[in-house]
Amino acid sequence: MADTRIMAGPRGAKPRRILAPANIMLYGTLIVAAMYYALPLYVMIVTSLKGMPEIRLGNVFAPPLEVTFEPWVKAWSTACTGINCDGLSRGFWNSVQILIPSVILSIAIASVNGYALSYWKFKGSELFFAILMIGAFIPYQVMLYPIVLVLKNVGDFFGFQLYGTLGGLVIVHTIFGMPILTLLFRNYFAALPEELFKAARVDGARFWGIFFKIMLPMALPIFVVAMILQVTGIWNDFLFGVIYTKPDIYPMTVQLNNIVNSVQGVKEYNVNMAATLLTGLVPLTIYFISGKLFVRGIAAGAVKG
Amino acid sequence: MNTTSGTHSHSISVRDLTLNFGAVSVLKNLNLDVAEGEFIVLLGPSGCGKSTLLNCLAGLLDVSDGQIFIKDRNVTWAEPSDRGIGMVFQSYALYPQMTVRGNLSFGLKNAKMPQPEIDKRVARAAEILQIEPLLDRKPGALSGGQRQRVAIGRALVRDVDVFLFDEPLSNLDAKLRSELRVEIKRLHSRLNNTMVYVTHDQIEALTLADRIAVMRGGLIQQLDAPQVIYNRPANLFVAGFIGSPSMNFLHGETIDGGRAFQFGPTRIDLSDYDGGAVGARPKAILGLRPEHLDIQEHEEPGSTIPAVVEIDEPMGADSLVWLKANGTHMSVRVEVERRMKPGTPVFLKVDIAKASIFDAGTEQRI
Repeated sequence: MADTRIMAGPRGAKPRRILAPANIMLYGTLIVAAMYYALPLYVMIVTSLKGMPEIRLGNVFAPPLEVTFEPWVKAWSTACTGINCDGLSRGFWNSVQILIPSVILSIAIASVNGYALSYWKFKGSELFFAILMIGAFIPYQVMLYPIVLVLKNVGDFFGFQLYGTLGGLVIVHTIFGMPILTLLFRNYFAALPEELFKAARVDGARFWGIFFKIMLPMALPIFVVAMILQVTGIWNDFLFGVIYTKPDIYPMTVQLNNIVNSVQGVKEYNVNMAATLLTGLVPLTIYFISGKLFVRGIAAGAVKG
Repeated sequence: MNTTSGTHSHSISVRDLTLNFGAVSVLKNLNLDVAEGEFIVLLGPSGCGKSTLLNCLAGLLDVSDGQIFIKDRNVTWAEPSDRGIGMVFQSYALYPQMTVRGNLSFGLKNAKMPQPEIDKRVARAAEILQIEPLLDRKPGALSGGQRQRVAIGRALVRDVDVFLFDEPLSNLDAKLRSELRVEIKRLHSRLNNTMVYVTHDQIEALTLADRIAVMRGGLIQQLDAPQVIYNRPANLFVAGFIGSPSMNFLHGETIDGGRAFQFGPTRIDLSDYDGGAVGARPKAILGLRPEHLDIQEHEEPGSTIPAVVEIDEPMGADSLVWLKANGTHMSVRVEVERRMKPGTPVFLKVDIAKASIFDAGTEQRI
């Protein structure tokens, strides 16, 4: 009798209620958060595909009655900023010319920095690292004008223009990326088993041999992280772009601002929306592409020898 | 030749080696000579400096003072790869992105060795360690035991005279550990090269070593054959560190000019003691290993200690009986069939010829 009662009790997997209060709270919050980000994006896409007459109706959430790509074309190739009327395309190529060397240069230097600081400790290396870290906490604004002077004087000294050129801006981005990237790489390399480094030394590899043959292949995940950080950071930069370049070579963000904030004529909301989406496309693409790479990188790095 | 004359015929010579980390002295004026083909085990608790010493031998740590000779060559300032050593690490330290073949040949490629010679050496090492089927796999696809074999292989292909092992078996489970231990011993008898092996596991030390260096606080406490270390420990630390369970220590005094040991009310005759002149010492320690005691029912004045059984632990092959004698907890190893009831009064027969007596002040064996 007692046995049958025990056997009639709970058995197997515990049932879970889908509409439990906890689930409602959780998914409710998630949906609200998702809406918060998705709704403005929706409005931007919808508006960029409408013609001006349709926008004047004032119904921002309505889907376009007549889909037109005119605003996108205009934003890319004919929108005016000041006297230039060749759209965002000019800014796009400027940004690309700033982005590629800045990302490569900053990551290349920072990865060697991080490697050296975690494996080849020298006298004062801790102090060097501390000073580098302080750099990460000083507000940019403090350094804006001194860097203008540095660029001007260094340029004068070597007899070429640095201030107001793309090269100057690349140097600025590289320097400002250094503290956080070095920290990133140092911590990553410090977390790798030190015996690997010792084994490589017994095997006769030296500074660069160990870096290229042992450390780099294991550091793919952190390179992807650093790349995401730098690409989005440099692409989205506005302040340095305004200060250290001039109108002809303004990066895309500065040009976007100039298009959207131009005071003459009618406000073309559809063109502005299209221009904004175009500018945001690069970081967006990077996230989508590197997201997969990132996961693969982690999976490849997870196997410890 | 005159700089190395003092180290002749030694495979490794360490002279007055000192290593300081800031204000902390990790190795203090350490001297060590290892003969050609000898298997030396550095044994000690963590923080005793054994791994540090090995890293100094390998050239992975710069010494503060002193000299290191390998094969009569002063290598104190030499790069690790130029010292003629191979090293095996606790965490295997295999390069995860390379195949086993890549791991084995990495050092040879760095040394710019011609490819046919590399292939020959890799094949030989793989044959010795029986890892031929694994050559094209990556370390991630290997088991712990296989990884450590590859790690040993990496030292093997270098064709060096000195192997350094840094706790190579500590990451393996008990069964694999004893298998690889035998394999390392077999490897040593086959290659007959000098091996320096760091461990905190006394079983590894006792089974593998030609000589054991027991270390504590950056100093070698005793350097001797395993049996000597076990039976005639130089001091209280070595006596307590080696042996499981630990040696029983009875605190008392030596009386009658060193002819007897007084342990509470019990008098133990020392005429068969194998050691130096005991003399009368008001504070002395009698060390008795669990297997050098026997449990019996009757008293023999001068060679038995009255005790009461507390608990017994059958351990498969034999059994440990824990007793209390004169306020001191003691353990005795007996045959497994012999079960003891708690609370039974017994007498412990002392084999004084195998005992050790220590001065309580200097902690040295007499």
